[in-house]
Amino acid sequence: MTPSSPVAAPVADAAADAAELPAAVGLGGTDNASLRVFLEGLPAVDPVGVEARAAQLATRSIKKDTKRALIDLAISMVDLTTLEGADTPGKVRNLCRKAVQPDREVPGTPSTAAVCVYPDMVAVAAEAVAGTGVKVASVATAFPAGRSSLEVKLADTRLAVEAGADEVDMVIDRGAFLAGDYATVFGQVEAVKAACGDARLKVILETGELATYDHVRRASWLALLAGGDFIKTSTGKIAPAATLPVTHVMLQAVRDLFDLTGVQRAVKPAGGIRTTKDAIAYLVAVHEVAGPQWLDPHWFRFGASGVVNDLLLQRRTQTQGHYSGPRYVSVD
Amino acid sequence: MARLTVAKTYKLYLGGAFPRSESGRTYQVHDTKGSLMANAALASRKDARNAVVAARSGLATWAGATPYNRGQVLYRVAEMLEARRADVVELVVQSRGVKVAEARAEVDAAVDRVVHYAGWTDKLSAVFGGANAVSGPYFSYSAPEPTGVVAVAASSASPLLPLVSAVLPVLAGGNTAVVVASQADPTVAVTFAEVLATSDVPAGVVNLLTGDQAEIMPWLASHGDVNGLDLTGVPADQRVALERAAADTVKRVHSPRREPDFTAAPGTARLRAFLETKTVWHPVGGISLASGSAY
Amino acid sequence: MDLTYAPALESAAIAAIKPRYQLFLDGAFVDGGGDDLTSVNPATGETLTTVSTASAADVDRAVAAARRAYDGPWSRLGGAERGKYLFRIARAVAERSRELAVAETLDNGKPIRETRDFDVPTAAQHFFHHAGWADKLGHLGLGPAPRPLGVAGQVIPWNFPLLMAAWKIAPALAAGNTVVLKPAETTPVTALILAEILADADLPPGVVNILPGAGDVGSAIVNHAGVDKVAFTGSTPVGKRIQSELAGTGKKLTLELGGKGANIVFADAAIDQAVEGIVSGIFFNQGQVCCAGSRLLVQESIAEEFLERLKRRVETLRVGEPLDKNTDVGAVNSQMQYDKITGLVEVGAEEGAGVWTSSCTLPDRGWFVAPTLFTDATASMRVAREEIFGPVLTTLTFRTPEEALAKANNTPYGLSAGVWTEKGSRAMGMAAGLKAGVVWDNTFNKFDPTASFGGYGESGFGREGGTAGMAAYLDTDDEGAL
Repeated sequence: MTPSSPVAAPVADAAADAAELPAAVGLGGTDNASLRVFLEGLPAVDPVGVEARAAQLATRSIKKDTKRALIDLAISMVDLTTLEGADTPGKVRNLCRKAVQPDREVPGTPSTAAVCVYPDMVAVAAEAVAGTGVKVASVATAFPAGRSSLEVKLADTRLAVEAGADEVDMVIDRGAFLAGDYATVFGQVEAVKAACGDARLKVILETGELATYDHVRRASWLALLAGGDFIKTSTGKIAPAATLPVTHVMLQAVRDLFDLTGVQRAVKPAGGIRTTKDAIAYLVAVHEVAGPQWLDPHWFRFGASGVVNDLLLQRRTQTQGHYSGPRYVSVD
Repeated sequence: MARLTVAKTYKLYLGGAFPRSESGRTYQVHDTKGSLMANAALASRKDARNAVVAARSGLATWAGATPYNRGQVLYRVAEMLEARRADVVELVVQSRGVKVAEARAEVDAAVDRVVHYAGWTDKLSAVFGGANAVSGPYFSYSAPEPTGVVAVAASSASPLLPLVSAVLPVLAGGNTAVVVASQADPTVAVTFAEVLATSDVPAGVVNLLTGDQAEIMPWLASHGDVNGLDLTGVPADQRVALERAAADTVKRVHSPRREPDFTAAPGTARLRAFLETKTVWHPVGGISLASGSAY
Repeated sequence: MDLTYAPALESAAIAAIKPRYQLFLDGAFVDGGGDDLTSVNPATGETLTTVSTASAADVDRAVAAARRAYDGPWSRLGGAERGKYLFRIARAVAERSRELAVAETLDNGKPIRETRDFDVPTAAQHFFHHAGWADKLGHLGLGPAPRPLGVAGQVIPWNFPLLMAAWKIAPALAAGNTVVLKPAETTPVTALILAEILADADLPPGVVNILPGAGDVGSAIVNHAGVDKVAFTGSTPVGKRIQSELAGTGKKLTLELGGKGANIVFADAAIDQAVEGIVSGIFFNQGQVCCAGSRLLVQESIAEEFLERLKRRVETLRVGEPLDKNTDVGAVNSQMQYDKITGLVEVGAEEGAGVWTSSCTLPDRGWFVAPTLFTDATASMRVAREEIFGPVLTTLTFRTPEEALAKANNTPYGLSAGVWTEKGSRAMGMAAGLKAGVVWDNTFNKFDPTASFGGYGESGFGREGGTAGMAAYLDTDDEGAL
């Protein structure tokens, strides 16, 4: 299935274009008044409608080869994450080994996309995954609350990038967003993006605190226009974390941006994705809401840890022809 | 020398005015002793057509009025009918040769019937509608709405009560009416139209034709802009053709199988006959994102 | 990644379709006097099964059986016990839901996703809901003790074969009537599986009789002197004929006929959900829905962008094998329907309505119609006025709410309408002004047994569901007492 509407050729990772995006979508300026006009002029989201659509798409029945392919794709999209106060170098190294080779006993199992850690663990992780293709992502900007000064957030970001992070997962200032101070959020994302250098920036909206789909849509556009390479649902520290309908709204945002400008951006639901069934439901949504070109680890990620083992179990079931059990895959 | 009385010309009631039949036709109405009571307008096909136009144009105002307002207007009809009680009693006596007491009883019952329906206007939604307990995140309600333009063939069982009993439920529901009066009793019917005309009933809400029901009703039954038919006054053997004609535009037809007892306490069948149930759905949600996690 | 979904076929064997089905008459499965009919799987064009049909004599027998049941056991039973039968039937429908869903898909051509998630569960819900009314008739607002009418003759269409049977049978029985029902000629199977459920439920013989056949059987039922109540769902021309035939008989009649529903999108709508609602409004059940939102009225200021989004969404509809769990749009029901739809599409093209068709590939057999939009229609075109009853949407534009209302109401029909706006006052205002029996604000094609459904004008009269739906099966003609 190919989309019918003519679209501009995608500009991959259009960092250079970031500065031009606001003008391309008709944003008048980055002051609060202009941002309000643009963001609050976006079409509303009907909550019941989007939830019904998400639920219906989740009933897609994915079988056989498609299921095998999507399991591998899902594994390759995972940002394998540990974000605990009790994280140690040993824990992080174990996680990295798991990311590189999730299932030692089953050859051909893909690596995950990245490991995701706190800034002070980036160096450990970078060393552990060096040369494997697995990326190191670091949360930053006073994660998870984001309640600090911009200086601290930028310092946090630089700490991560200088330690070798390929990707930075920042949090937006939800307080500023909810207070209508869109310019502060925009400015912070823009500044953090600048501090990232070559690292890709994931902007965590913390949708559970935004509380409405209209807010999710506005925050998505705000983050995208300010230069975020990804929009990401959640820190994993707030319930609800990622949900299918919230992810629908975010997928629609990147799709709309793409249709409008030809610039493709990525989405990362995080938290709450625990089973293979969950993961496949998300990938069906990626396929049918955003489009097939998002079915790539560069354009879609899962922020998760537990889901990997379920994906591995299902992968074994698919390849071995019988059900496996949790004792047969490693707990790291 | 006795004073020469001033005889009244009985005309049609269309769009709030009292015109003669466009055909210029009249018919003579006699009392039971055979004396000439009046010349009444013998309404034509074109009068019926004009009546439907008037009823359609009156519909937006009447259906759009608040139920409380409709109730007040209808109650005003009762007040004005009560005020014209003596006139109407006299006309009923003349028309049917009944005793004054019997005529009074009929007029009193008619006034009370108007009051009864005046009290219905703002109860219909509660009794024939309500919130639907649907199994999903939606607010759904059903509410009665007027069918539209209703053509009524008034029964000639007696001069006034059957007419009032047929017209008032049509009006209470917010419909407008084209009424073909009992051929024998145009004086009573037109006097009732005068009551309506002086009761804040907007123009076009009731349009009264006098003359031959058998001539006029087929035009109304087949009229594309008539939504409902009340055939109470039509003899059983004439109903088949009218009901067939009504089928061409899927009209709602009220054609009671039994001869109504007009003196009995009214039920709701006449009201419901010209009400449409509209069901409206609207999503309910938007308070939090939590519900979405349960996909 | 180029993703194609592997087939996810529901097994046809689950339906356990028999080689031949018989009439359900007076509690027994018997051969009828009519010629056998062949039911065809619309997705393949192949014969699904053979069905015995009723003759005029069978209609006599069925009406007599229904009368005996009405005069005898069914009326003696009392509301509470009647209700228990209906509860029992509701449960049995749920228990055999998978079988019913597959059978419905095989017989009708609609996707298994719909039969599984909508037709069958909603049918069970209708029985369950109406079961509870059986001993509460005095609470309907129709007087203290409304009485059943007697024998109900019911004729149902092919677009929701099982669900329409449930819509008809459940309120009829709850009110205390007995039933003679004719399923549609092209889709008799699930009604006859329902007959097995009724028999298994030990429903007294004659309470429900199911007589397959063509229009002649339907005509014999509705015109039978022993029938007291007629309920018909189907086309407006047939409805008019029935109303005409019943003139002067005093039979209580309800009609649920055609429609040309307007789905109105304002510029301030939640656009993505409006797109979904338009899609569901016209492509649900291949558009073979009397209340389909077959006229899109979109505000001119967003029309171009909206149509682009709509087309993109329609391109993602998966058209094909109805038994595949991932199919969104299945086969239309018959050659006749296929010819009618494609014929009207040609008419629209000739009228210059601007045809756009999904690029989906259609199976090389069976009756499949690609989702189609008329992107540039005007109000006078046939495709803007006539019911197409297929996956074909006609698009018109408007500038102001008043114009939208006028255009929406500019039809002799009046069954359904949709309104998409974030402005609450306008949503309510439009709902009030639309001459339609069902108005969906920011949603579409929602049904519930508690919510009355039925039309204005030439979409019919009487309601199904809710208290108004019960009134259709009760003697509330209190004219004797006025």
